[in-house]
Amino acid sequence: MRIGVYVCHCGGNISDVVDVKAVAQEAKKQGDVIFAKDYSHMCSGNGQQMVIDDIKEHKLDKVLISACSPLFHGETFKAAAAKAGLNPYLIEMSNIREHCAWVHFDDKKKATEKAKDLTKIGIEKVRNNEPLETIKTPIGKRVLVIGGGIAGIQAALDLGDAGYKVHLVEKKATIGGKMAQLSRTFPTNDCAACILGSKMADVPKNKNIKLSTSSEIEKVEGTIGNFKVTIKKKPTYVHPDACVSCGDCVTPCPVSMPDEMQWGVTKRKAIYLPIDFAVPNKYLIDGDKCLNIKAQKKTGKPSNVCKLCQKACHQDAIDFSMKPEREEFTVDTIIVTTGYDVFDATRKPEYGYGRYENVMIAPEVERVIVHKGEGTPTIDMGERIAFIQCVGSRDEQLGIEYCSRVCCMYATKLSQLLKSMANVNNEKKELYVFYTDMRTFGKGYEEYYKATQKMGVKFVRGRPAEVIEDPETKKLTIKVEDTLNNRIIESEFDKVVLSVGMQLSEGGNEIAEILKIPKSEDGFLQEAHPKFRPVDTGKDGIFIAGTAQGPKDIPDSVAQASATASRAMRLMNQGEITEEPLKAFIETDLCDGCGLCVDSCPPGAITMRDNKAVVNPVLCKGCGMCIASCHVDAIDLNMYTNKQMLAQVEAALKDKKENERIVLVFANDMCGYKLADSVGTAKKAYNDAVRIIKVPSTSRVTTKLMLQAFSMGADGILLADCESKSSDFAGSLEMATENVNKIKSILTEIKENPERVMIFQFATVMLPKFVMLMNKMAKIGNDNKPISKANREILEKNISKWLFEK
Amino acid sequence: MIKKIKITSHNQTFYEKVKTISGEDIAVCDRCGVCTGSCPLTIEMEISPSNIMKMVQLGQEDVMDYNSMWVCSTCNYCTARCPRGLDVSKVTEALRQIRLRTSFDKIQIDKIPKEELKDLPQIALVGAFRRLTS
Repeated sequence: MRIGVYVCHCGGNISDVVDVKAVAQEAKKQGDVIFAKDYSHMCSGNGQQMVIDDIKEHKLDKVLISACSPLFHGETFKAAAAKAGLNPYLIEMSNIREHCAWVHFDDKKKATEKAKDLTKIGIEKVRNNEPLETIKTPIGKRVLVIGGGIAGIQAALDLGDAGYKVHLVEKKATIGGKMAQLSRTFPTNDCAACILGSKMADVPKNKNIKLSTSSEIEKVEGTIGNFKVTIKKKPTYVHPDACVSCGDCVTPCPVSMPDEMQWGVTKRKAIYLPIDFAVPNKYLIDGDKCLNIKAQKKTGKPSNVCKLCQKACHQDAIDFSMKPEREEFTVDTIIVTTGYDVFDATRKPEYGYGRYENVMIAPEVERVIVHKGEGTPTIDMGERIAFIQCVGSRDEQLGIEYCSRVCCMYATKLSQLLKSMANVNNEKKELYVFYTDMRTFGKGYEEYYKATQKMGVKFVRGRPAEVIEDPETKKLTIKVEDTLNNRIIESEFDKVVLSVGMQLSEGGNEIAEILKIPKSEDGFLQEAHPKFRPVDTGKDGIFIAGTAQGPKDIPDSVAQASATASRAMRLMNQGEITEEPLKAFIETDLCDGCGLCVDSCPPGAITMRDNKAVVNPVLCKGCGMCIASCHVDAIDLNMYTNKQMLAQVEAALKDKKENERIVLVFANDMCGYKLADSVGTAKKAYNDAVRIIKVPSTSRVTTKLMLQAFSMGADGILLADCESKSSDFAGSLEMATENVNKIKSILTEIKENPERVMIFQFATVMLPKFVMLMNKMAKIGNDNKPISKANREILEKNISKWLFEK
Repeated sequence: MIKKIKITSHNQTFYEKVKTISGEDIAVCDRCGVCTGSCPLTIEMEISPSNIMKMVQLGQEDVMDYNSMWVCSTCNYCTARCPRGLDVSKVTEALRQIRLRTSFDKIQIDKIPKEELKDLPQIALVGAFRRLTS
């Protein structure tokens, strides 16, 4: 074997703290190391070229780069290896920057010693690396967009225009979503219907977009490149091809009910057009309200009840016998734009919505303004109107902590519109907005707020405590502290408008369950990374945009939607997707066919064939949970093999000195390792006893490995994983916790401190917690002294016995 | 004249003290004013409940010079509605405690006229002594 080692200065980032020459010298002493060089910038073009030239010239078959985090430059050096004709999986990195130089800057000597150790650990790992190939699977150009609001429309149009086949599925009878129900849009006061209507009309015109309205997602199976989708189309009882949208059917219909597209402000019939500019612009029958359909459902037989609309229709388009239809199709990627539901204001009984007739919610006022603009009869808003902000936002009494972001702006808009309409008609109108904090964050928004102030809308800082109705006059009294003036206002209004916040829609919740995508603490769908992967989800090939991801306004929703289109295209345009060969494999000769591993695998990737276990690489997620289940070590995980793991532990502990303490931290790359990198970047110092070893998930760390580590002299072991909600691997945390508890009981049995081993679930923001735990773990070694020699011998002797028993 | 104050580390000590005794994370108060709007006794108060919270946030000890903390009847209207989940009445209780621990009595039985004492319900007296005397 011929190993080449490089130690990077990182332009002083490393070399200012670590004696890189000493590290290189130490590395050279290791077996099979042909040479060890130090260089100013390994990642630079010259650095990479040096690696390429050396591989060719010195016929290197393994390379270790001791530099920064492999999460940062791992791919750079893999590419360099590939250029030189070396299998990219035969190159490894030791992280002596984020995990050493940047966190031990206060002690150069200790930092250098640790850098030597980390380099040795890296050498031992790469020594055991095997050549691997990335896994390639084909991917087509078909996309499912769930939800036809403005975000869904934007994503579908972007993809359709780019030549991708889009299937847009909408639950309601028309696309357009919540934006179609707005009056005007801030900060430009564009009429929502006017700017949205043309975009909606573009959808059926686009030959690459297939639109399914009145349809719901029933089932989604499979993974990126092969999602099998089943949708269910509800019957509309009107043949869309025959209907010419004349509207003659509406007048005879005897049923009248509140129109949900109008927020109940006006009524509609059982046969109706959802909204004037509906797409598709076809009438439909509400199956829950139509007398005929209701009779049919009751008797289970075709009925002759009513049928007045059918008689009125001269196109013969109405068909009461229509049944739900199912459609199955396959797509390569999925975009989720399921939008929001407004907060249910009856949950704030002190504001009286639903009890007092003059308390409204803001979406209702949107419709009132539309009707006023059109000159159709509508609700009289009275002379004195008060807006109450933050209803269903920033309220821990409701368990809603977040700010819904748009309410300040829409209340400003609605008050401005009401005021300007009154001014035009020479009406008197007093408008008050009671707010907690005004948040006018967007482009042009502060100016819009100022313009509204200028028009005479009064903004009062204070959150109203309650609304009381006068049972006689039906006028409403608001009680509120004017917190900027230290006064209490008790005043009467004709109308009170509640600025209700946003929540993930009911449909969004269902879709999250069907697709198994995580939700964040606020109840909205969770992005893969809050900054750098804001529209990806934890699941490959599934993207999120719009208010399903969190409260946001129209410009942000549209921007996100275009971002999902581009992210989806990025994957599909390549024709094939590559995946790390992070897969379990079976040493068939060793497998004795016990079948224990089959049950240990949550995605069910392991099956038994001819009395031997077989791994399906398509299903295997590479968590490594199966490894511990095998009592003959026949199952293993590529990139993190038993050999590699043990070699790293041995390397970390073999040169341990009498007074030295070593804490092994097995950090998963998603959270633990990333967090350790962030701690390094933030230059937060912690104890130098810590040696961080990367794993795909902490369940990869078997009890055997932990016992071996303790028997070799480790003072502490910490498993650093994700919080359960962001964990990629189902069941992995539970298993790792179980393993840790086993070790704790063994430590207790031999009268050692069970605190020497622990598991912690880190969010990638928990920097101080990480530092605190690292120091605590290092101290456990110091205070309690190392594990006694006698105990280490007991551990070593009894490993197999314990594994069998526990 | 508008009162001028200084913010020193001494203020921080007072804030920490109220925080410890009340067990409430006073720092998260936004002063939205829901507590004041809800409070049935503001008519008797010199400063509003939300004002108390803000003064404690900056450790202004003169918050105890106003009558509000004594007026608070711990009815918990404020607590039921606080959007930050704070218990304002615990804060007024903490302030009373701090004052009472200096051997201070808000009411003195010998100062109450005999006639009045006769008419007062016993439960009110017991409650008042428990809450308002050291």
